This record gives sequence, structure tokens and C-alpha cells, in this order.
Amino acid sequence: MTNTPREITRRQMLRRVGLTALVAGPAAGFLSSCATSGGSEAAPTAAASTAAATSASNPFGVKADAPLEVVIFKGGYSDEYATQSHEPLYKKAFPGATIKHQGIQTIGQTLTPRFASGDVPDVVNNSGTDALDGGALIGAGQLLDLTPLFEAPSVDDPAKKVKDIIVPGTIESGLGGDPAKPYTLNYVYTAYGLWYDSALFAKEGWTPPKTFDEFKTFAEAAKAKDVVPFAYAGKNASYYAYWMILISAAKIGGNEILLNIDNLADNAWNNDAIKQSAAAWAEIGKFMDKSYEGLIHTEVQTQQNQGKIAMYPSGSWLEAEQAKDTPAEFKYAVAPTPSVSAADKMPYEAVRAAAAEGFVVPAKGKNAQGGLEYLRQMLSKQGAKDFTERTKSLTVVIGATEGLTLSPGLQSVADMQTAAGQNVVTFSTFEGWYKELETELRKQTNALMFGRISAEEFATKMQEAADKTKNDSSITKQTRNV
Amino acid sequence: MRHGKLTPSALRRYGFIVSFLLLPLALYIVFFVSPNLQAIQLAFTNSRGISPTFAYVGFDNFTRLFDDDVFWAAVRHHGVILLAMPLLSLLIALFFSFLLNLGGGQRNGRMAGVWGSGFYKVVFFFPQVLAVAIVGVLFQAILRPDKDGILNSALALIGVDPVGWLIDPDLALWTIIGVAVWQAVGFYVVLFSAGMASVPKEIFEAAALDGANRFTLFFRITIPLIWNTVQVGWVYLGIAAFDCFALVQVLSVDRGGPDNATTVLPLEIWRQAFSYYRFGYSSAMGVALVFLVLTFAALTLRVTRRERIEF
Repeated sequence: MTNTPREITRRQMLRRVGLTALVAGPAAGFLSSCATSGGSEAAPTAAASTAAATSASNPFGVKADAPLEVVIFKGGYSDEYATQSHEPLYKKAFPGATIKHQGIQTIGQTLTPRFASGDVPDVVNNSGTDALDGGALIGAGQLLDLTPLFEAPSVDDPAKKVKDIIVPGTIESGLGGDPAKPYTLNYVYTAYGLWYDSALFAKEGWTPPKTFDEFKTFAEAAKAKDVVPFAYAGKNASYYAYWMILISAAKIGGNEILLNIDNLADNAWNNDAIKQSAAAWAEIGKFMDKSYEGLIHTEVQTQQNQGKIAMYPSGSWLEAEQAKDTPAEFKYAVAPTPSVSAADKMPYEAVRAAAAEGFVVPAKGKNAQGGLEYLRQMLSKQGAKDFTERTKSLTVVIGATEGLTLSPGLQSVADMQTAAGQNVVTFSTFEGWYKELETELRKQTNALMFGRISAEEFATKMQEAADKTKNDSSITKQTRNV
Repeated sequence: MRHGKLTPSALRRYGFIVSFLLLPLALYIVFFVSPNLQAIQLAFTNSRGISPTFAYVGFDNFTRLFDDDVFWAAVRHHGVILLAMPLLSLLIALFFSFLLNLGGGQRNGRMAGVWGSGFYKVVFFFPQVLAVAIVGVLFQAILRPDKDGILNSALALIGVDPVGWLIDPDLALWTIIGVAVWQAVGFYVVLFSAGMASVPKEIFEAAALDGANRFTLFFRITIPLIWNTVQVGWVYLGIAAFDCFALVQVLSVDRGGPDNATTVLPLEIWRQAFSYYRFGYSSAMGVALVFLVLTFAALTLRVTRRERIEF
């Protein structure tokens, strides 16, 4: 691997401030199990009961036999990396501890009542469509400040602190609250783009299009071969398509376009960059069969594995997610989104990459120190290497892929990152901040891509939705500068 | 109590009854009445559902409902479902149960169903046995919009292009109504069969002797005599028409799409609460839904009230 995430500058990562919401919420209060009882008992202090002596190998003073409860989002990465690697690593450090593991898909639905009643797990992998609202939890004092974790000595080299062995910007990507503190550890290094089968492309003599003009020429060529040039799943994954629209808009007009959208700036959606990008993607949408609006992501991804679809918008988890269905001759590769015009502010090579897949430690867990220790073990070289091996995804741990042979898709991600250099498209935080706006964007993206509305109408409707969010006093507003 | 006094024997009797009711009543109050009352309370707050701190905002949540396009889309859909779903289900169920019980004419001097009706009764009931989520998943495969869908591949045999059952905004709601009807019919076939079985056979035989044909038997004899059962079915199905959460959630594009074409109130309540963490507003929607259902039930019972026929 020629390019590690190490090469990403701190300033750049700062521009990718992650999904975590920055909410100035009400003061922390004890959550009673009754929805409206409104009690205000003092928060139980997790530290008091379980503390043990601290040392370099046990920097948080974890009680050796304290049980640990871990909840992992069982999605594209599955949860084997936790059960087969991270949890054994923790048990190796604390042989007396028992670990209760739960791998689920509905994190929010399952854990919301547990937060409300105060019986919380010690580590939560807060991810998936049904994730917990991080900003709201921070506002309610439910999450632990992870600063001690980043200041603690790392597992592999006690002389180095944890913050020095992870990609710069990771900590900033998990900032939240007011004043901002790191509440979320974003563990996975994710890149987004158009995924294709390099073996199929080599066989047909195709190359990934670098401009939208080329994209249309390519689309005609693919269509002639009975291959759908581009498709996504409208039923449950229209956000894969709006990511592409947003990335293209950022390439046309720079990251300010996306920052303005996140900050609900006036007429952010009416910007020409958005309209041009939407129009360009709607043209590509015309090559899609209408039926894709009614299919779910796995159905569409399987069609790509069967050679029926040329390019599919997704993130770097795709290869691992499809591992079971991918035929041996299928070789995943990823390409950046094509340029819209020569006047674009960012080059074709620009790519959206971000630290993602958040892990949080609930503040009122029975073994919160154990939760921090679990995260520290995850950030060990062994933990990161095992994760990459099992999930085919890179972690934020620097140099953790040494000695690993990367899969074709992952190698392609690495190459794409090298080519991108400093040209990084920022991650849109409004997706997590303003769920209602995001839901509207999913709706309008389907309407645009399946030809029911024009790019102009798309911009108008999204502007209306953004204005509605802006004028809604019940929604806490957040801003970002980088 | 005729004399208005509690005699020892009356006390004993009531004590006995109350002791039996205590536990179920307690469970009912704790798990049904109290959450419902709390929901009404929450409807007047700005609660986010994850913290006990919230403020009372009066009728803000309700005035907000008036400007909410999605809410009104959902209410409109309930209107359509309310008209179509019970009507279709009841008509089909009545027709089937008539065929199963009386449609075969006289046999050995008794009214009988069409040939094989015992078998059909079981088959019709199958959909009722399946959980609604399973029905949803089943119909995902049946209604898949490309040529791999079961329905579409059958249509392809007769040269029809794939139909976007759930992706065509004009068709999607009707498709979901169709699935709901498919699932409901079986239960009402059984219900009406029981209703018909309770009607004395002599009435049918007398009518048949007087020369009534099957249509007359159905419209002039059967329906009036089981009207009470039909009415109950109508109320049940009407209330079910205010639900449809699971089917829409599983089947529709992007939960309620395309373009809000299939969304229903329970889905929006769920979305407001668990996606947007707006428990106050969500509860207000819930209260609105309760009033819609109550209005419907009261109206139906009033409109369809009719003298009961004693056999």
C-alpha cells in the first residue's frame, strides 16, 4: 500500500467534520423510565463504583472483573470484527471480565428506551439508518467525553498517546456539544465514488468516464451491450444518489456549496452548482430503468455482481458488503465522480472521504471505563488490522495495514486517495443535523433521477425544505466553518 | 342493586368480581390507559423523547398540523383507503361466503355451498394466519417492479411490459390497498360464513320453494339477515384502514413514497418520533388519528343502525 491515510493533512481532515451534531441541549438530567414523569434525580456517577488503580496498561482504571456490554451495528461490516477480534483483545487484557455482545440493526429503536431508563450499554456502535441522534444525546448529558481516551497511552507503544497514532482530524470529526468536545470515535476511513467491475471494464475496453460528456458516451456504449450504465436503489438507498449530486456540486463550486447547505445559508440550494449537478445526474438517470426505484440496495448490488449494471454509487464498504455474492472473476474498483465542465473548481480526481462509523461510550454505563478501554483496544494495531482484514475497510489507525494484502476494491480506494491528494470533498453534516431536510432530499432525489421533476424544480423544492427547516424554531440550528 | 343498598351478599358478589378484574384492570391501566393519556399530555409539549426536560407549548403542535403537507397527504390516503378497502373486502368476502355456504343450491334437501367449499374455506383463511410483516415480504417478491417480479413475469407471458406496482405514484396506493384486501378477505369469509350458519335454514328453503333465484337469495334474504355481522366487519375494516403501517413501511418506496404517494398517519407518527425525535408533534398526530378513528366508528354505528332481526 503506497498511500496510508497518514498523508491526509490535519487541515483537510478538519474540513470533514463528521456527522456528530453540535447541539447545545438542555442540562443533563436523569432519564426516568416514564416518558412524562420529568424527574430530576442526580446522575449516578459511573466512576465511583468501578474505579481501580490506573497504570500504563490500564490507563482508565478498569476494574478487572467488571462486565462489559457492547452493542454493535450489524450492517455492511457485520459484527464479527467485534466478536472475533476486539472483544477477545479486551478479554486478553482483562481475563476476568465477561462481555455481553449484541449485534443489531436498529440501534436507535433498541437503545432509545434504554437511554430513557438509564440502563445503558458500555460501548455503542452508533450507525445505520436507525442510529441514535448523537446531538440530542450529548444535549442530555448521555455521552462520555472521549478526551481521556485520546490522551491515554496507546496499546502498542505506551510512549505514544492514542491521538498520535490515528489519522489527524479523526478527533475533530467526532466533536459535538457546546463547548465542543469529542464524543464520537469515528473508526472507519471511508471513500465514496462510482463502483465498477474492473474485469468487465477491461473485457469491454471501457474506462471510467472523466467528464459527464464521456459518461453519456459511455452510457450509450454500455446500453448497446445490454448493460445498465448507472443505477441505484430508489426504494431504500436514494441517499447514495444524492451523495453523488452533492459531490458533483462541490466539484463545480467548491466545498463552500456544501458548507452553505449545512449552514442553511439563504438560497444555498438555488446555487447554479446544485442545478448544474442535478441536471447532469438527471441525464444519466434517463439510462436507468424505472424499476430501480422499487428495488433495495442489495438487489441492485447483486445485479451489478451479475454484470447487469456498470457503475453503482456507494462507499468503500461495498466490497465487503457484497463479498458473499461477488463472483470470483468480479473485481471491484472505484472511480471519482466525473467532472461537469472544464470550469469546475475541483479536479476530476477530487474525492469525498471521511472518518465514519461512530463509536460512543454512554456516560451513565455501569462500566464506562471499560468502554473507553474497549475503544483503546480497537485502536491498537492488532484491532485495526483485524478490522481491515474482516471488513475490507481501512481504519483511522495509522500504518495498521502493514503486512496485509489488500483486496482489489481496497487497493482501488487507496489509489483513488493518492490521486486525490489535497482535493477532498467535504462530508455533508446536514444529513445528521436536519433529518427532515434529509428525508425531503431522498424524496426529491428519486423524483429527479426517475424523471418526475427537472433540476430547476429539484433546487426549488429543496430550497423550500431548507427554508422550512431554517424557520422552524423547534429545530436546534447548528453551524460549521470547516 | 334494586334497593340501592349493599347487602352482605351483594358485597361478597362484587368482591368476587372485583378480585377477578383487579389484575387485568391494573395491567390495562398501566400498559394502555396511562401511555395513552401520557401521549395526549405529550401532544402539548415540545418533548424530544430522550430527555425528561420539555416545555408546554399549548396548541402549537396542532396548529402546525394544518400546514403540514405530508400530514394532509396521509389523511387523504386514509380517506381513499377507508372508501375502498372495507368496501372491496366486504363485497368479495360476502360473495365468497355466499358461494361457500349457499351458492350450491339445494342438496339432499339442504342448502349447500359450491363443490369443494370445505377446501376453499381453509385456503381463504391462509392469509389471515400470516403475520402482516410476512405478507409484506411476500408481496415484495410478488410486486417487484422489474421483470423478475412474480406478477410481472406472469404478465410477461401474455406480452405485458413490467408494471411498476409500487413505483408509479398513481398506482402505488391502490397496490397497497389490494394487498390489504387480499389479507382481510379470508377472515371476513369465515365471519360471514358463521353469520350465515346462524340464519335458520328454513328461511332459505322457504324462499327457494317460493322460486327465489340465487341473486334474490343473496340480496333479499342473506344480506338483510346478516346485516349485523356486516356492520361489525365494516367497523373493524374501517379502523384497520387507519393503520396500514406495516404494509406501507415494508412495501412502499422510501417509506411512504414515491413522492408521499402512499404515506399513512401511523408511518408519519413513527417518523416524527423515531427519525426526527419530535415526540410532542408526533403525539399530536397520534391524537388527531384517535379523533379520526373515533369519529369514523361513531358515524358508522349511527348510520348503519338498523332494527335487529330476531330469529
